[in-house]
Amino acid sequence: MRYLIRSDWWKWLTMALVIYTIVGGFLMPAPRLPILNETVRNLHFHVPMWFGMIFLFTGSVIYAIKYLKTKNLENDILSATLVDTGILFGILGLLSGMIWANFTWGEPWSNDPKQNASAIAMLIYFALVILRGSLADEHQKARIGAVYNVFAFAVLIPLLFILPRLTDSLHPGNGGNPGFNAYDLDNNLRLVFYPAVLGWTLLGFWVATLQSRIKILEFKKELE
Amino acid sequence: MNIRKLQAFIFLTFTGLIANAQEIEMADDFRGEGKIYVVVAVVLLLIIGIFVQLMRIENKVKSLEKENEGSN
Repeated sequence: MRYLIRSDWWKWLTMALVIYTIVGGFLMPAPRLPILNETVRNLHFHVPMWFGMIFLFTGSVIYAIKYLKTKNLENDILSATLVDTGILFGILGLLSGMIWANFTWGEPWSNDPKQNASAIAMLIYFALVILRGSLADEHQKARIGAVYNVFAFAVLIPLLFILPRLTDSLHPGNGGNPGFNAYDLDNNLRLVFYPAVLGWTLLGFWVATLQSRIKILEFKKELE
Repeated sequence: MNIRKLQAFIFLTFTGLIANAQEIEMADDFRGEGKIYVVVAVVLLLIIGIFVQLMRIENKVKSLEKENEGSN
């Protein structure tokens, strides 16, 4: 994150990748699958939101631990803004998934295990924001927030990666369903999907670095 | 994998193949007519607008950081 704040080259990469994702995502040939039809292209837009969220939350927990080790409030600022951006990505992932589900699964919310788990994950991170907001002392806020962050992350991973896989899910890769699985994710999709994940994730980090730089400026101003 | 799952798997695979053999609706004509490019152009315009705005914020933050360094 500190490297990302210092350097600029990756912002050009971000723009190039997202533009490539839009052009390729709309125009490249997509596999012909029943039910999904052209909506398979949502793979390049909906799924990267979740990847982005996970990378942002991972960054956040790293800076939470760094804060606990160093007691440097700048680490706390980085951790907090990464959570903010991660929540944004999570909400966008939920909403875009609901639009997609409405047209393929027949209803926006079908209590699919992955839907429920990601909603719970969102609530856990909302609680972190509320918890931080309710504490006035900067160091207390940072310390309690950081400890909560570690626990939230420890719950996030089983919620998203383990629990949904234990039961049948409408999501691909869990149970039997006619969506795309490892065999359907063909090379045409891969060609756009991997750059899409990187591009949207970097876009999230761009927003997060901007937000934290502004907050660090404010923080320094308060110290004067 | 128990027998039931295997049966379900085979069933789904075969129905999938049959469905593939029949035409699956895709936006072939739409793209054939070239109109999809209009959508791509619109989305590109929007995302580039967002990027321009991000770069403006970027520059603003940079100048503030410079100012801040100068004052310290």
